[in-house]
Amino acid sequence: MTAALIGKSVSRVDGRLKVTGAATYAAEFEVPNLAHAAVVRSIVANGRIASIDTAEAERAPGVIAVVTHRNAPRLAYQPHKGLPDAAVGERLHVLQDDRVNHQGQPIALVLAETLEQAVYAAEVVRVTYRNEAAATDVAGVDPVLPTGKPAEWEIRRGEPDSAFEQAEFRVDQTYVIPRENHNPIEMFATIAAWEGDSLTLWDKTQWVHNVAEEIAAVFGIAAENVRVISPFVGGAFGSGLRCWPHVTLAALGARVAGRPVKLVLSRREMYYGVGYRPHTVQRVALGASRDGQLQAIRHEGHQETSTYEEFTEALLSATRFLHACPNVHTRHRIAPMNVHTPTYMRAPGEASGMYALESAMDELAVALDMDPVELRLRNEPDKDEFKDLPFSSRSTRECYRAAAERFGWAQRTAAPRSMRDGRSLIGWGMASATYPMNYAPASAMARLLPDGTAEVMSAASDMGPGTWTSMTQVAADTLGLPIERVKFTLGDTNLPRAPIHGGSMTMASVGSAVQAACRKARDEALGGAGANDLEEAMKLLGQAIEATADVAPGDETKRFSMHAFGAVFVEVAVDPDLGETRVRRIVGAYGAGRVVNPKIARSQCIGGMIGGIGMALMEHSAVDPRNGRVTNANLAEYAVPVHADAPPVMDVIFVDEHDPHVNPLGVKGLGEIALVGVAPAIANAIFHATGKRVRELPITPDKLL
Amino acid sequence: MRGAISPAVAQAAGAATAPLDVSLRINGTEHRLSLDPRTTLLDALREHLHLTGSKKGCGLGQCGACTVLMDGMRVKACLSLAALAQGREIKTIEGLAQGDELHPLQASFIERDAFQCGYCTSGQIMAGVACISEGHAGSPQDIREWMSGNLCRCGAYDHIVAAIQDAAAVYSSTQEG
Repeated sequence: MTAALIGKSVSRVDGRLKVTGAATYAAEFEVPNLAHAAVVRSIVANGRIASIDTAEAERAPGVIAVVTHRNAPRLAYQPHKGLPDAAVGERLHVLQDDRVNHQGQPIALVLAETLEQAVYAAEVVRVTYRNEAAATDVAGVDPVLPTGKPAEWEIRRGEPDSAFEQAEFRVDQTYVIPRENHNPIEMFATIAAWEGDSLTLWDKTQWVHNVAEEIAAVFGIAAENVRVISPFVGGAFGSGLRCWPHVTLAALGARVAGRPVKLVLSRREMYYGVGYRPHTVQRVALGASRDGQLQAIRHEGHQETSTYEEFTEALLSATRFLHACPNVHTRHRIAPMNVHTPTYMRAPGEASGMYALESAMDELAVALDMDPVELRLRNEPDKDEFKDLPFSSRSTRECYRAAAERFGWAQRTAAPRSMRDGRSLIGWGMASATYPMNYAPASAMARLLPDGTAEVMSAASDMGPGTWTSMTQVAADTLGLPIERVKFTLGDTNLPRAPIHGGSMTMASVGSAVQAACRKARDEALGGAGANDLEEAMKLLGQAIEATADVAPGDETKRFSMHAFGAVFVEVAVDPDLGETRVRRIVGAYGAGRVVNPKIARSQCIGGMIGGIGMALMEHSAVDPRNGRVTNANLAEYAVPVHADAPPVMDVIFVDEHDPHVNPLGVKGLGEIALVGVAPAIANAIFHATGKRVRELPITPDKLL
Repeated sequence: MRGAISPAVAQAAGAATAPLDVSLRINGTEHRLSLDPRTTLLDALREHLHLTGSKKGCGLGQCGACTVLMDGMRVKACLSLAALAQGREIKTIEGLAQGDELHPLQASFIERDAFQCGYCTSGQIMAGVACISEGHAGSPQDIREWMSGNLCRCGAYDHIVAAIQDAAAVYSSTQEG
């Protein structure tokens, strides 16, 4: 019997591939006879294409075809909605008519022998437009309730309005977060190759099966005829959840060219075709008694969406249960605009909503002259007051305690501008974090071989959290085999179906399926051979044993409210003359159930902290309100944290938490909660340092001077 | 609307460019290529030689994922025209390990879990190798400053710095020994 592998800090099993450059990302598969594609995109936000002159492009050296709405094959665009698609609306159809809905919409596709030739020819496609009035200024659009039952978007418990009016202490403020782009370092890429009516796509995606189903619907073919291969994803953070129009373009191009086509988006195109975290405006009103008991919470928010799809995210969800309060009102609205549809970006909804809620809690603590940790402790609920269900587990108190102790919070002096280091103003701030535990149906297969090795597989993805490694650990642990003897495979629609690689659900879902498949295979082998040792059993059997397992949630969601919880503590230093904020320390404590690999889990958490520094201090897709263009659509002007921005001290604490209710593995997921709470903790620390409450992210130096 | 096309745009007037014979010395091997003169070193590596370890993250010299060594100096392969790299000694991530034996920085990247998605990793490692040989790995703060041209969107900076420190220590102990 080998030592337990679940819970062990194993180094990544794909580490060697990644450090030698041998891991193969979407654009890197060698497919013979490849043609290269480049996309021409609209430079207006609303209107019609008046003329499109492709003559010069067609004459350019190496050009195979220029595809526009005038000559593109008509596509089926059969109804299909995957989990990441907006529930209301219809996806963008590409090259099917002269209609332009947003800046950067694909309007022509150039296919050429080389990348250079395709890019050049795309530059000489001449387009004129009939402009129409466009809604591109988020401040000028009146928000409306999304389609559907108003009760889904507006929730009330108790008497929030009168309770707020009667509260002795009140905070009522508006918080703004601008549009942010995921900006994974790998740009989106698709290689498409047809063989008759069968299509193979090498694609950057967080869900291979959804790509197959969406492209099958677009082209009117059977999903079984679309194979999607995606073993490595160079970051995505939600941008790869949906199947975006460029995948259709690659497949369309390959059909027109009659040969395989590779399409790689440019960095600029990444701001016009793969979603973004929407601009949000939130008003939070908190009422409390003198002893800090919350008496009313009113949280209203709205976010931008496109004219053709109603994207919504969980902006206000946490407000309904995080803090105890008898009187709560939340209302979520959308602002439809001539933009491309936003999408889920790491901790979608929670990251934005918690910035507003946890900033307001800090403002309330200041108004009450109460320690912000104490304020939260006084409002710890003993159940989910929204769902009226017990929490399956909730380690908030332990997170506050553990992180505060590690941070040295007791040394904090409460008054703003009261802590200094030389000429720097020092601020200490904190915020809570929470993210739902998601567990979705998943399948996996385990194959035991006579030589005592095992192959385990599921069509999951790994955009960085370590699916390759953690699943290998779960499989080896369950089988009782050394980790070197187990080979896990993912990222191919030929493998058993996995759920979407998002919402922090991969470990819970795919992990549970891997465990179940391995248990089944092991039991079969041991039973079949009448042996106690798996390696001995396999030798005796002399043939492979295969077992497939499907897992799915039971009725636990009806019995429990299930979430991960955490606390983030931050130290900032603000230069009083320059207004520059440096984050010097972050301590995060998380109650996220079982941690399968603490080493990789720490990476995920420090990554979330870095993401939160970007959100708080830098990130902003600056949209020109006159025309909807992103004025900083590149990595020099869209500032993200660099090495020099990383705090010298980053501390991650996983509090001990055993939750038997959430899923068979007892994990809650880490990817999203690692980001939630970081931005408000930084904003609160900046207030403590400077006495200035900045309610619009990012908190750039100009806002502190 | 396009991005990352500066060499192509610069050459726009001469669209009908004749292929150019280019000889590139990469990881000690000479490669003869017939290239569109607009081809960047990065595209020559990735699209023509299938050396895809060097990554394209922006094509504008802003992310560092394409970092390679040219005559021992770190350069961004996306901003270098392939034709101008003729006669230079180019080292990419594929040439760093000695057979099965990883370079100390590759080994420490695995040990320290200095990456998540792995896409910026080749560039971080090549820049890290240069950072050490330049003498800029003396302290974590030094490393942070001198590595700031290499973006990691997964946010593995803390672990990358630790990995570079570890490898720098191996270097100095080998040199002293």
